[in-house]
Amino acid sequence: MKPDLSTEFVGIRSPNPFWLASAPPTDRAVNVQRAFKAGWGGVVWKTLGIDPPVVNVNGPRYGFWQGDNRRVQGFSNIELISDRSILSNLREIAEIKAQWPDRAVVVSVMFPLEESVWAEWLPRVEATGADGIELNLGCPHGMSERGMGSAMGQAPELVEMVTRLAKAHTGLPVIVKLTPNVTDITWGAVAAQAGGADAVSLINTINSIVSVDLERMAPMPTVDGKGTHGGYCGPAVKPIALNMVAEIARHPALAGLPISGIGGVGTWRDTAEFMALGASNVQVCTAAMLYGFRIIEDLVGGLQTWMTEQGHTRLEDFIGRAVPNVSDWSQLNLNFVTKAKIDVDRCIGCGRCYIACEDTSHQAIGRVADSGRYQVRAEDCVGCNLCVAVCPVSDCISMAAMAGGVDPRTGVSITAQPMNWTQHPNNPMAPCPSGEGQGD
Amino acid sequence: MSLSAVILSPELLEARFRPLEEVLPASEAPMEAERCYYCHDAPCVTACPTDIDIPGFIRAIAVGQPARAAERILQANPLGGSCARVCPVETLCEQSCVRQGEEGGPVRIGRLQRLSMAQASPDLFPAATAEVRAQKIAVVGAGPAGLAGAHLLAREGFAVDLFEAQARAGGLNESGIAAYKMLDDAAQHEVAHLLTGDRIQLRCGMALGRDIALAQLRSDYDAVFLALGLQGQHRLQIPGEDLAGVLPAVPFIARMRRGEPVPVGQKVVVIGGGMTAIDIAVQIRLLGAEEVHLCYRRGPEAMGASAREQQLARDQGVLIHHFRRPLRIEGEGGDCVAIWLQPTVLQDECCVDQGQPLRWAVDQVFTAIGQRFNPEVWGEDGASLQLDAHGKIAVDADFRTSLPGVWAGGDCVGRSDDLTVHAVADAKRAVLSMLGDLRHET
Ligand SMILES: Cc1cc2nc3c(=O)[nH]c(=O)nc-3n(C[C@H](O)[C@H](O)[C@H](O)COP(=O)(O)OP(=O)(O)OC[C@H]3O[C@@H](n4cnc5c(N)ncnc54)[C@H](O)[C@@H]3O)c2cc1C
Ligand SMILES: Cc1cc2nc3c(=O)[nH]c(=O)nc-3n(C[C@H](O)[C@H](O)[C@H](O)COP(=O)(O)O)c2cc1C
Ligand code: SF4
Ligand code: SF4
Ligand code: SF4
Repeated sequence: MKPDLSTEFVGIRSPNPFWLASAPPTDRAVNVQRAFKAGWGGVVWKTLGIDPPVVNVNGPRYGFWQGDNRRVQGFSNIELISDRSILSNLREIAEIKAQWPDRAVVVSVMFPLEESVWAEWLPRVEATGADGIELNLGCPHGMSERGMGSAMGQAPELVEMVTRLAKAHTGLPVIVKLTPNVTDITWGAVAAQAGGADAVSLINTINSIVSVDLERMAPMPTVDGKGTHGGYCGPAVKPIALNMVAEIARHPALAGLPISGIGGVGTWRDTAEFMALGASNVQVCTAAMLYGFRIIEDLVGGLQTWMTEQGHTRLEDFIGRAVPNVSDWSQLNLNFVTKAKIDVDRCIGCGRCYIACEDTSHQAIGRVADSGRYQVRAEDCVGCNLCVAVCPVSDCISMAAMAGGVDPRTGVSITAQPMNWTQHPNNPMAPCPSGEGQGD
Repeated sequence: MSLSAVILSPELLEARFRPLEEVLPASEAPMEAERCYYCHDAPCVTACPTDIDIPGFIRAIAVGQPARAAERILQANPLGGSCARVCPVETLCEQSCVRQGEEGGPVRIGRLQRLSMAQASPDLFPAATAEVRAQKIAVVGAGPAGLAGAHLLAREGFAVDLFEAQARAGGLNESGIAAYKMLDDAAQHEVAHLLTGDRIQLRCGMALGRDIALAQLRSDYDAVFLALGLQGQHRLQIPGEDLAGVLPAVPFIARMRRGEPVPVGQKVVVIGGGMTAIDIAVQIRLLGAEEVHLCYRRGPEAMGASAREQQLARDQGVLIHHFRRPLRIEGEGGDCVAIWLQPTVLQDECCVDQGQPLRWAVDQVFTAIGQRFNPEVWGEDGASLQLDAHGKIAVDADFRTSLPGVWAGGDCVGRSDDLTVHAVADAKRAVLSMLGDLRHET
């Protein structure tokens, strides 16, 4: 039996948790048609605005950072919202939904702060048969200069106001898509919840200049000699997105607010990570743009394979499972001691761990006499993990926790009793072990 | 007479054959997988006769799930395991890889496939249909074509009787392929996976033409799939061919692989230019022959063996001589003592003799000049089965023979090169066509 991937997100059902994010892959019926044929569980339609439609640049709109093997690690765009008339979009949405009743079709919108606009258009969106509305409060380029997109998303009071407007004019579930271009992602989420949002989705793209053309001395993509900051996405933004998802998931006031995870999802592992941190489904843009819709087969097969290995039969078995383990630094156990250990038989003697530790860490690695291999001196190792990061051989250096005895570096006995910073004697704010007052 | 009897013992396999295995260390797999561009409409897939989704399975390796890669391979090719070991990838998928001309060469598809297939188990095969069909099908010959055909038919719900003349299933995987490609009893493991389930009855020791008759099969079964391979050996047609010490390569390899004692000479000449010639030359070296010369009547480009295989032979100390045509073999007391070779040159794309014949003293000569189909196998009742211009079973594009209800595939038909992967592709095609025809019948 293959694990069941079907989901229900704010009442919207889809056969799998993979939705295409609002972006070029969901820009028109032909694309969405192909996506559903390939097996995608749902789409968030490319953001609609009111007529007259916006106009995109006719020069390059994408920039990128390619890693080894010319694989795109980070992707940046200066595209605006849909540049087609709202009516033709709505017509296509209605057609698609009628044809694919089992798939999720959510419509992303970006309207100005005028009640009449929302009152006029949300019912017409609803009439297409779409399953939900997503509010684009995140687009960080172009639209934000016009007071919309991230310009709204960065002001919690506007987030609340817009959400309330939307909720007032539709019975459909409303998902608020958050911008990462803020100091604290939870502020926007709290505001969305206050405005009545059914869920949040995150992240939209990050303000960025992906590279500079040093001949033309202009940011890329360069349009007739000039560039503007773009929105950053793709594998490179995943760590930022994961943190933001986790911050919302573990925020006490936001408990139970459904999250749609977005940002750099391209493999089963990315998906499982987002979900472990509390996302109920994921949205994908860049991976589909780089590999085509067929990537869905790998995502579905990969997730099912991992779930089978883990004995998970449904997504609920692991959604949010890592959230309780995300904590503040101050709660980490300072009595937990690890030491690096080099497997001499696997070591190829490249010396990278040695030079990294010698120059920039704690001078804890030395060459084993006459062997050309390296070994860790436990008495100097602080367990920082740098050597593991630089070693080119898999499973060669591992971090081993000390279960007992004395830490040869500090001479302190290992204890099973945890102690965090709030309890540590060096912390001036920590309560005095003798129980005396703190001298405030 | 200096032939010694050698047995291919487990120790000999480990010491001399094992080092020729081509495997990718698991630690290198992710890096190699990352080299794949995940091409759309990938040329490597087009080049694979069984249409394995190569970028798809490689991506599964790249994301750390080699077992899912195996699953993907088995969806397209139930013999993905032996193909990973025996396919001459340099003339198939890897030759078409878009990275061919780039630094580092083509993605090492064959080795990635081999690595994935190390995970193979019966549950990775696509599930069989729940539906059980009333129709019964006879498959004759349990080589790659017959095994693939039987497996695919069983998966579709048919009851299959699989008849095999030999004591074990596997065909040339078991008895022909070079021993260093099929170590660890790989052929039998694969057979066990393919025949899992109760829909296939394997009946070994049952030869068509001896124990069973085609006419009988046609009346007892709803369809027949012939996958007989090639049992006859082409002959040089030169004097001395019947002397002791002059042997056709394929039966010799079969005896060696069965673990029977085989004669090994000191100075050996192999006649031929294909994969079999390379295989016998390399293996007779590994068995202990001191000097091995491979003689081919034309130039290196005309050789059936790929440049890589020729290099492999040279690496093992085999001396390859082009433009040498055998004239006769000289005997003494019934044993061969020398071979006479005529040098040739290429003239207007034809080989013509030039120069004096050479006499080489040898104590063993192998012929590896091809195999042929043995129409004698089924006696009289096969007379109505049409053969093609090459004496193989004539089939249409869907592998139907001239007899209604009888299909054929693999080496015994001539629609493609004689390779394991083509045998599987033939079987896939034949099964599709059987499915169509049988559906109309009921
Ligand atoms: C020496 C050698 C090396 C090779 N190396 C490679 C290689 O490296 N890579 C590669 O891709 N290909 C290789 N090949 C080719 C490959 O082995 C064949 O293309 C492939 O095995 C064909 O499969 P098949 O099922 O058609 O025939 P076979 O493998 O020949 O199987 C036919 C089966 O039918 C059985 N049979 C025959 N007659 C009867 C009968 N009358 N009744 C019942 N059963 C019968 C036989 O016993 C046998 O089991 C090699 C071939 C040889 C000879
Ligand atoms: C070219 C491009 C256009 C986009 N347009 C929109 C848009 O119209 N509305 C929106 O909400 N997000 C838009 N996005 C953001 C994506 O929906 C998504 O949030 C972001 O790309 C992160 O996901 P990813 O890393 O999977 O690409 C766009 C992204 C790209 C690359
Ligand atoms: S991807 Fe297509 S639309 Fe975009 S620049 Fe290339 S050819 Fe033009
Ligand atoms: S290598 Fe050729 S096919 Fe591949 S992306 Fe570049 S232009 Fe396209
Ligand atoms: S042709 Fe080469 S690079 Fe392209 S998909 Fe096939 S193996 Fe990968």
